[in-house]
Amino acid sequence: MSAPAPAAVVVSSQESEQQEPPRPFSSANLLQTVAAGYVPLIIATLVVFLPLLWMLLSSFKQPGEIVTMDLRILPESLNLQNYVTAMTTVPFAQFFANSLIVTVVGSSIKVVLAILTAYALVFVRFPFKNVIFVLILVALMVPAQVSILPNYILIAGLGGKNTLWGIILPGLGTAFGTFLLRQHFLTLPPSILEAAEIDGAGHWRRLWQIIVPVSVPSIATVALVTVVSEWNDYIWPLIITDRPETMTLPVGLTLLQNSEGNGAGWGILMAGAVLVIVPILLVFAALQRYIVAGLTQGSVTG
Amino acid sequence: MTTRQIHSSTAPAGRPDAPPPVPPVAAEQPTPERRRWSGRSRKDFLVFLAMALPNLVLIGTFTYWPLINNIYYSTLDWTLGSASATVVGLQNYITFFTSEDAAKVLGTTAIFTLVTVGGSMVLGLLVALALNSKVRGTTFARSAVFAPYVLSGVGVGLVWLFIFDPGYGVLAWILRGLGQQSPQWINDPQLSLVMVIIVYIWKNLGYCAVVYLAGLQSLPRDVMEAAALDGANSTRRFFNISLPLLSPTTFFLLITTMLSSLQAFDLIRIMTPLGNGTSTLIYEAYLQAFGAYNRAGYSAAISVILFAILLIITVLQLRFVERKVHYS
Repeated sequence: MSAPAPAAVVVSSQESEQQEPPRPFSSANLLQTVAAGYVPLIIATLVVFLPLLWMLLSSFKQPGEIVTMDLRILPESLNLQNYVTAMTTVPFAQFFANSLIVTVVGSSIKVVLAILTAYALVFVRFPFKNVIFVLILVALMVPAQVSILPNYILIAGLGGKNTLWGIILPGLGTAFGTFLLRQHFLTLPPSILEAAEIDGAGHWRRLWQIIVPVSVPSIATVALVTVVSEWNDYIWPLIITDRPETMTLPVGLTLLQNSEGNGAGWGILMAGAVLVIVPILLVFAALQRYIVAGLTQGSVTG
Repeated sequence: MTTRQIHSSTAPAGRPDAPPPVPPVAAEQPTPERRRWSGRSRKDFLVFLAMALPNLVLIGTFTYWPLINNIYYSTLDWTLGSASATVVGLQNYITFFTSEDAAKVLGTTAIFTLVTVGGSMVLGLLVALALNSKVRGTTFARSAVFAPYVLSGVGVGLVWLFIFDPGYGVLAWILRGLGQQSPQWINDPQLSLVMVIIVYIWKNLGYCAVVYLAGLQSLPRDVMEAAALDGANSTRRFFNISLPLLSPTTFFLLITTMLSSLQAFDLIRIMTPLGNGTSTLIYEAYLQAFGAYNRAGYSAAISVILFAILLIITVLQLRFVERKVHYS
């Protein structure tokens, strides 16, 4: 069975914790546990967190605290001046709103398209379904980077330069979501649809009243991975916008870098980095099990 | 909307209180399933199109069509924004492969890909081994090391650019403490490549760690226990048993990380905008079309070369994945 279970990674880690054997508390054993078990974990965690902590601390520092030969670790005060400067140098609130619109609209449409396509591929009779599935699978492997020039010509020709729809449209087709949901739908027992079939419920009702409610975790996985990648997307918005009114956060941050790229501007740039990184970090902290499972998809099947 | 109309017009008996009328069912039973244009099949045909077509059209327009267009553009001598272009055949490819750019760009791509893939896989495996120990807090540490993988490359690039800053960065401060002068990370072509590679590994090793961890946790327990009873120490068990059994995971990671390294853009763009020493194929394609040069045809040719490389890797994957990597 090639169907990957989206929650497999998570479940296995929880199991391993429950199966923790009781260990003797001799001091030698304890020391060994600490040295072999905790030290590498703590180092790995610190390597990840220290740069991010440094970003947060620096975002509160005044130029005088950064342009100095002796390092100051803590900012003198929780001064929000850098955030204010970042917002007035470039239209940061506008970038934030644009990112939010692009992410919400783009992700919603992509998730709905993925659900519909996956349902059609699994539950609706149609000739050449396998050919269509292979075409989707191949599309999964075609990198967006290779298509930027032709897509730029196409979208710019349609008048989509410096528009939000121009940012959203080329990314709407979803091979990843379709693939992941198809694999999940294949694992559903056919019996859950039999009752509906006897009732005479059409495809539309079977999809929304039976399939979708039992597939919430998989749909959440697709939705979250989509949200993360839409929010972080850089190369396409960078190319298709050159006016601040329609820039997304990552592109706007590039604009800020151009105007604050001297030593004194680091605090302001770190404030900008906080605004683009922290929302995703919070989403990740709250819902990491779905995101990790979705992004490592396919690995547990091998 | 279309789907709803099809549904209501073709399924009049779709109410739970009304039992399905007998005639259609009876009429359908003797018909073989294969007959494509029986009433129900035609309905299914339309339902399928209504549900799948929007997505398929989008994928076709913005994923497949650009591939063909790219090949066409690559045969043009064409300045981006200009209304006219001349067909030059393979001239863009010849120009690329005979210029100094080719060796430099292909070399940079090879170094960047090999070091980031090797680095994040080896470090990822080490972190996975640490995460696989039976102490408290592994769940938290697992999420922590994975976190950079989901963060914006632009944000991460800026944070590290500040750390590497030769004047006011943390790294310069540490080096000063050791009596050293900070190297010019940004201006030196070789060092800027080293810098981007370090940050790329930092951002991606959590992915390798989590995938390896899943692999480690699915290793057969009885084999590991038998080896331990036989007196094999943990190092030998790792190299002689775990690592060979992990080869499907290693192969999977090798392919996925290689594909994403070849497409790495965000960090390179934000940390070294001029691509001085960090121009990989993807970045060179970007610079040629959207940097200062506006050489659309030339950029398309580089994209086609990149795509050919990605395609070869993908085909290799599909061929090898059929074999059982660890038992062969």
